[in-house]
Amino acid sequence: MSTPYAKLPAWADYGLIPLINLLVAFVVAGLVVLLVGENPLRAAVILVEGAFGSGQGLAYTLFYATNFIFTGLAVAVAFHCGLFNIGGEGQAYIAGLGIAIVVLAFDSTLPWWVVFPMAIIASALFGALWALIPAYLQAKRGSHIVITTIMFNFIAASVMVYMLVNVLKPAGSMAPQTRQFVEGGQLPKLGWLLAEFGLTVRPSAPLNVSFLLALVMAFLVWVLIWRTKLGYEIRTFGFSSKAARYAGISETRIIIVTMLISGALAGMMALNPIMGDQHNVPLDFVSGAGFVGIAVALMGRSHPAGIVPAAVLFGMLYQGGAELAFEMPNISRDMIVIIQGLVILFAGALEHMFRPAIQGIFASFSPRSVGITATKGERA
Amino acid sequence: MAEAAIELIGINKSFGAVRANRDIALEIPRGTIHGIIGENGAGKSTLMSILYGFYQADSGEIRVNGKPASIKTPNDAIAAGIGMVHQHFMLVENFSVLENVILGAEGEALLNKSIAKARSELRRLEQEYGLEVDPDAIIEELPVGLQQRVEILKALYRGAEILILDEPTGVLTPAEADHLFRILQQLKEQGKTVVLITHKLREIMAITDNVSVMRQGTMVATRKTRETTVEELAELMVGRRVLLRVEKGEAKPGAVKLSVKNLTVKDSRGVTMVDDVSFDIRAGEIVGIAGVAGNGQSELMEAVSGIRKAVSGTVMLDGKPIDLTGQADPGELRDRGLAHVPEDRHHVGLVLAFDESENSILGYHDKPQYLKGPFLNLDAIQKDAQEKIEKYDIRPANPRLKTANFSGGNQQKIVLAREIEQDPGVLIVGQPTRGVDVGAIEFIHKRLIAMRDQGKAVLLVSVELDEIRSLSDRILVMFAGRVVGERGPETGEGELGLLMAGVEHKEAAE
Repeated sequence: MSTPYAKLPAWADYGLIPLINLLVAFVVAGLVVLLVGENPLRAAVILVEGAFGSGQGLAYTLFYATNFIFTGLAVAVAFHCGLFNIGGEGQAYIAGLGIAIVVLAFDSTLPWWVVFPMAIIASALFGALWALIPAYLQAKRGSHIVITTIMFNFIAASVMVYMLVNVLKPAGSMAPQTRQFVEGGQLPKLGWLLAEFGLTVRPSAPLNVSFLLALVMAFLVWVLIWRTKLGYEIRTFGFSSKAARYAGISETRIIIVTMLISGALAGMMALNPIMGDQHNVPLDFVSGAGFVGIAVALMGRSHPAGIVPAAVLFGMLYQGGAELAFEMPNISRDMIVIIQGLVILFAGALEHMFRPAIQGIFASFSPRSVGITATKGERA
Repeated sequence: MAEAAIELIGINKSFGAVRANRDIALEIPRGTIHGIIGENGAGKSTLMSILYGFYQADSGEIRVNGKPASIKTPNDAIAAGIGMVHQHFMLVENFSVLENVILGAEGEALLNKSIAKARSELRRLEQEYGLEVDPDAIIEELPVGLQQRVEILKALYRGAEILILDEPTGVLTPAEADHLFRILQQLKEQGKTVVLITHKLREIMAITDNVSVMRQGTMVATRKTRETTVEELAELMVGRRVLLRVEKGEAKPGAVKLSVKNLTVKDSRGVTMVDDVSFDIRAGEIVGIAGVAGNGQSELMEAVSGIRKAVSGTVMLDGKPIDLTGQADPGELRDRGLAHVPEDRHHVGLVLAFDESENSILGYHDKPQYLKGPFLNLDAIQKDAQEKIEKYDIRPANPRLKTANFSGGNQQKIVLAREIEQDPGVLIVGQPTRGVDVGAIEFIHKRLIAMRDQGKAVLLVSVELDEIRSLSDRILVMFAGRVVGERGPETGEGELGLLMAGVEHKEAAE
C-alpha cells in the first residue's frame, strides 16, 4: 500500500477532489454564517464580489496571492522530498532582514531595477540560511524537521523584534520598524496591467512586480522538480529513501539542498509586502502567510499549476473576507478567520476524507482501477 | 466423491473493464486438500477474497456444505466455518500465542475466562492435529514456521472447517514446509477441507488431492492430482509449453571478479547479521546463496553493493578494494561495474510512483547520456526505455505508465533491464523471481544464464531452493549469518535443507 491514493485520473485528483473539499468547506462556513443570523448566500456574493468584483479588489486579491504562491511553492518543494517545512513563516520573516540590509544601503543611490535583483538574492539567501540549520539537524542528527522549523519560527520572531527595536529603528522614532524606503526601494505597481483590461485601480492598490516574480518562480519550480536531475533525486528521495540510497543519492546532500531551495522561496515572499507595499520592514509583516502556504501546497497537490490557483483562492478569502467584515457587521474579522480555517481544514487536513468514496465511484467505472491493487493491499 | 464443502457457481467479478473472475465454477469436496494454481493476476486472490468476504461477486453463488451462503464480510465467512491463513501473517508481534488466538474473539470485558477457555481449547487442538505451540510464547520470538501454526490455530479456534492457505510455504525451510504438509494431512484426516493457493507446482503434486488451474480470470481445468503431471499443469497455467528446467552449458570460470574476505555486518540494533563471511566469485559463474530468509543474505548483499556499512572485512572488486566501513557509495560501485537487483523491488529497486521510463534510469540518472547539463534528457530517456521494453518484452509497452500498474514480473523485468543493459562485470541479484509469474521466470533465468555465458560474475540470493539449484554453478549455504557449507549444484535438496536449518552442520560440512 505504498501508493494508496495513486489510482485516480489526473483531472479528478487535481480538480474534482479539491473542488469537493472546497464546496464542503463553504457549506460548513455557510452554516456558521447562518448561526450568527446572516444570509449565507448574500455573504458569499459579498465575498466573491469583494475579491473579484472590482479592479481594486482584484489587485488586493492578487497581492495576497503573491505571498501565498511563494510560501506554497516553498512547502511544495520540501514535500516532494518528503520533508514538511513548517518554517516558511520564520524563513520569510528573517528574509526581511536581508532585504532591509540591501535596500537601506542602496535605495537612495540606485534605481529599483538594480536594487530589486540584489534584494531577491538577499531574501533568498537569508531564507535559505534560516532553513539550513533545521536541515542540517535533520540530515546529520535526525532531529525532526517539523519540530525544528516550528522552533525556528519563534526564534525568528524574537530575532526580528530585537533587530527592529534595537538596531534598525531610526533614532527618535516610536515605531519598531525601519525608516521608509525611498524610490530605489519601492517596486512598481501593476495596477496599470489591470487597467489595460478596463478595470479601475487606484494607485494605492498594492499589486506589484513581485507577483510576476512569483509566477516565474512557479514555472522554475516546475522545471526543477520535473525536468532536472536534482528534481529527479528529490522526488526519488521523497517517495522512498531506501530507493534513493540504492540509487547512490546522498541523503544528507538532498535534504540540505532541498531545504535551502525551500527556504529561499519562502524568503522571497518578504519582497512583496516590504518592497511592494509597506516600503519599510515592520513587525509581523509575514502575518501567517507561511502557514497558509502549507494549505496552499496541500490544496495545489504540490504542483505549481495547482499552487497558483490555490493561492488566488486564499487571496480571495483574505480580500473578500475583509469586505465581508465591512459589509456585514455581525461577521467580524474573526469569522473570516473561521472560514479560512474551515478551508484549510477541509482542503488540507481532511484532504483524504472524500477520497475513498470518490475512488469507490471511479472503481466501478474506470478500467484497472483501485480494486485490484486493493486486493494486494489487504493481503500485505 | 464426497459431498462438496464449497461450491462456487458462476462467479463473476469485474473491476471496471477488467474481468478478474469470469464464470468460475468450482467444487471442493469435503475432507480433501485442493490446490489452486495460476500466474499472478490469474484471479486466484480475487476468488479467495470473494470466498472470504473481502469482496462480493458481481454475480454467482457460493454454497457451503450444500447450502447457499451469503458472505459479505470476513465475519460471515468465519461464521460459515471458513478460515484463512494469509501470506503475510496477521499477528500482533508482542502478544503471546494465547492473546493472538483470542484476539477478536475475546468474549467478555475481563479476559481471564476466555483465556482459560482458549488454553484448554488449544490443548485439545494440539492433541488432535499435532499443532504444538507454547501458548505463552511471544510471537516475535517464534520462528516463522511456528507463527504460521498460530495462524492456523486462530482459524481452527474460530471453528473453521474449511481452511484457505495463501502461499503458505514462501517463508518456510523445506523441513518446516514438510511439517506443515503433515499438519495439513492430519487436518484432512480429521475431516477438514484445505484450500491451498500456491505457484509451486511441486507442492501441488506432493500434497493435494485435486488441483484447479486458473488463467486470466477463468478456471481452465480441474484435475485429480495423481492423474496429472507438472508439465501439464505448467502448460495449463501459462497457456503454452514452458521450459521448467533451465538449460545451460558448462561454466567456464575465469579470473576472480569479486572477492569477499571476513565480512561482518551488523544491523541497526547492533545484532551481527553477517558473521565473518568469505567467498570469491569468478567471471563466468553463478554463485548461489541458499538459506532461509533472515539468515543474513539480505545484509550481505546490501553490504557488498554499498547500501549498508560493514563492520569489518574486505571486498575486492576486480582486484581493487571497496571502502565498506566508510561511506560506501552505491553510485561509485555502479561506475565500477557492480550492478545490483535488490530483493525488495517495491521499496528499493523501484519507485512505484514513477513512470516506467523514470525507473529505467534509477541509479544511472547521472550518466551523461540521460542528461543535458542539469536537465534530464527526456527524449533520450524515453528512447532508451522504449528499447529496453522491446528487448525485455515488458508489458504494457508504455514507458509513461506508472510503475505500480505493471505486474510483478514486468516490474522485475524493468529492474533487470536497467541493471543488465549497463553491461556490468558483476551482477548481484536478490530473489529475482519472487512474486513473478511462470512465463517471466523462464525469461529471467535465461537472462541470468546469458550473463554468465558472457563472462560476467553473478551472485544469486534466493529463498527458492529450486532456483538456486538450477541456476548456480556453486552453492553457498548461509545460516545465522555464517556460510555453513559450499556444495555443487547436483547436491540433493535434503542435504541443503539440513544445512539451511543449521542442524548437524558440523557433520554436513564434514
